[in-house]
Amino acid sequence: MKLTKLALGIAGIMLLAGPAQADGSDDVVKIGVLSDMSGTYSDLSGAGSVFAAKKAVEDFQKDHPDLKVEVISADHQNKADIAANTARQWFDVDKVDAIVDLVTSSVALAVVNIAKEKNKVALVSGAASSALTGKSCTPNSIHWTYDTWALANGTGKAIVKTGGDTWFFITADYAFGHALEKDTSAVVVANGGKVLGSVRHPFPAQDFSSFLLQAQASGAKIIGLANAGADTTNAIKQAAEFGIVAGGQNLAGLLVFLTDVHALGLKNAQGLIFTEAWYWDQNDNNRAFAKDYAAAMGGKHPTMVHAGVYSSVIHYLKAVAAQKGDGDGAALVAKMKEMPTEDKLFGKGSVRADGRHLHDMYLFEVKKPSESKGEWDYYKTRATIPAAEAWRPLAESDCPLVQK
Amino acid sequence: MMTLLAVPPQVLFGQLLLGLINGAFYALLSLGLAVIFGMLNVINFAHGAQYMMGAFGAWMLLEYFGIPFWGALFMVPILVGLTGIVIERLLLSRIANLDHIYGLLLTFGLALIIEGLFRQRFGISGLPYANPIPGGINLGFMFLPWFRGIIVLVSLVVCFGTWFVIEKTKLGSYLRAATENPDVVRAFGINVPLMITLTYGCGVALAGLAGVLAAPIYSVSPVMGSSLIIVVFAVVVIGGMGSILGSIVTGFGLGIVEGLTKVFYPEASATVIFVVMAIVLMIRPAGLFGTAR
Repeated sequence: MKLTKLALGIAGIMLLAGPAQADGSDDVVKIGVLSDMSGTYSDLSGAGSVFAAKKAVEDFQKDHPDLKVEVISADHQNKADIAANTARQWFDVDKVDAIVDLVTSSVALAVVNIAKEKNKVALVSGAASSALTGKSCTPNSIHWTYDTWALANGTGKAIVKTGGDTWFFITADYAFGHALEKDTSAVVVANGGKVLGSVRHPFPAQDFSSFLLQAQASGAKIIGLANAGADTTNAIKQAAEFGIVAGGQNLAGLLVFLTDVHALGLKNAQGLIFTEAWYWDQNDNNRAFAKDYAAAMGGKHPTMVHAGVYSSVIHYLKAVAAQKGDGDGAALVAKMKEMPTEDKLFGKGSVRADGRHLHDMYLFEVKKPSESKGEWDYYKTRATIPAAEAWRPLAESDCPLVQK
Repeated sequence: MMTLLAVPPQVLFGQLLLGLINGAFYALLSLGLAVIFGMLNVINFAHGAQYMMGAFGAWMLLEYFGIPFWGALFMVPILVGLTGIVIERLLLSRIANLDHIYGLLLTFGLALIIEGLFRQRFGISGLPYANPIPGGINLGFMFLPWFRGIIVLVSLVVCFGTWFVIEKTKLGSYLRAATENPDVVRAFGINVPLMITLTYGCGVALAGLAGVLAAPIYSVSPVMGSSLIIVVFAVVVIGGMGSILGSIVTGFGLGIVEGLTKVFYPEASATVIFVVMAIVLMIRPAGLFGTAR
């Protein structure tokens, strides 16, 4: 297993990193994309994140042709120890200045600490845990795209307000699932809803019929899926089969990516409501990015994680250009917090003291097959959650940088 | 109203039925493994990958040739079986005289290669495959989708058919004899290598069939086999390696045990089968239906 992953990872690096070679000199800004190149999250991050980082560099260099930037990548296999080793190797030996993507919370939590220790930069786009801007925040890291608090808040609040006031959770039985369930329950209760119960399934699980039946028996209006990836798609597929939605109950996916909807097909996914940070068909800039992405990635379309990698790299390079150097990681991140963010994919925004990138979030609904104009035309926007409401208030953060 | 341990009977019956449905999958998959182990003495670790090939086969037939589920149900097992025959002729037949462990390592390597190739081509997230017969029937205690009912029926028919062929027909007696003493059987003018090849092909075809049945209800993804195969191996070990009847009965039985666990303590539903395995191995090391070799 490890060998295949390694071989695939190396193949992926060779394929995507192209002829770029390390020269070790310090006038080169070196960005490392540390991601899941072959596992569960490789479609929603992985090679696509490498493309996004390179695209950002390419776009930035149009205005700053003098800035030398190099992008390298590696597979962390969703294992925190492998990620930590790679990060140390990159920072110490390969003179990498910033690590981006960092899908999987355990990986991100490990790497932000190493970035702090080595005084480099970590820009998290792929991971979900809101602890990254909470008790585990660092002066060297920024959490770019989304987090569990925003997902729970966006989806939970919107659904309770439109009448979905009784909930039952199907939760993946590990830290991420528990956190998502806890955060969402709090939002549901705070908005006047009620949680009727929950069931915890082993991770990963293949057959959800049993858990769906328990959810059905609870009579809750909304069945919240506090899981991710294949667990979510399997649960949704089987919910359609068991007539859950036809019977009047609705599903709420608490972490759904474009690639999940693609895997389900519109027939199974239609009507699903969830929160995301970015969708490729929202405006001309996004569509242009998606077109380039699809051309490079065999027709696949980018997820919000890919867009987040692009956006975070642009902002990082701006700070490097403004600072005229890439040496001091904490100073660069401070600069990034000071400067407002603006790029073609995420528009205008800012980075807060706790390292939270603030931008609008969106509540999406999956289209019916009849509404879709073709492959990858999946979402319609139900609501825009303005940046001021989308994120955990700074006052509630237990980030040590804030409490000073 | 009658309640058992605070679980309403509707829920209990529902879970029993669901357990039976999952058991149908375990039975089909472990049957293929048992046939292969019983006749070839090969521990076929590629079984999960071949099950995945079955699901992808159904998807490809629909996507590229417009052949619907029912066509795939007959065509895919044959196609997957043919790949099995090629594997047996090209690779497995060369190590037939070596220790079990070589077959295990070879098929394990094959599984990794096959999975890697599919992952490279199709990505990890999976592909959509629509349910060919949506809808179902309300049984009073639960909603039974038509398709799940079909799975149980197909599984029962195929399992019984396989058992009948191997245990009750002349062909089956040749097969069993060839396992016991290939030289003597060959002396009677029977083409033993051909029988072995076809047996492996049939075992693999069973995995392909299970894959086709899984396509409409599970995510069609390159890793769908590797997550199931460990459980299926546990089923085979509990039933007794190589025992046809053992794998069928244990497959259905463990499906039910797992279903009940999902009601009383869902967190343990992934481990309960291995707990059963440990207990069985302590009491009957050859498995419930196995005989010590």
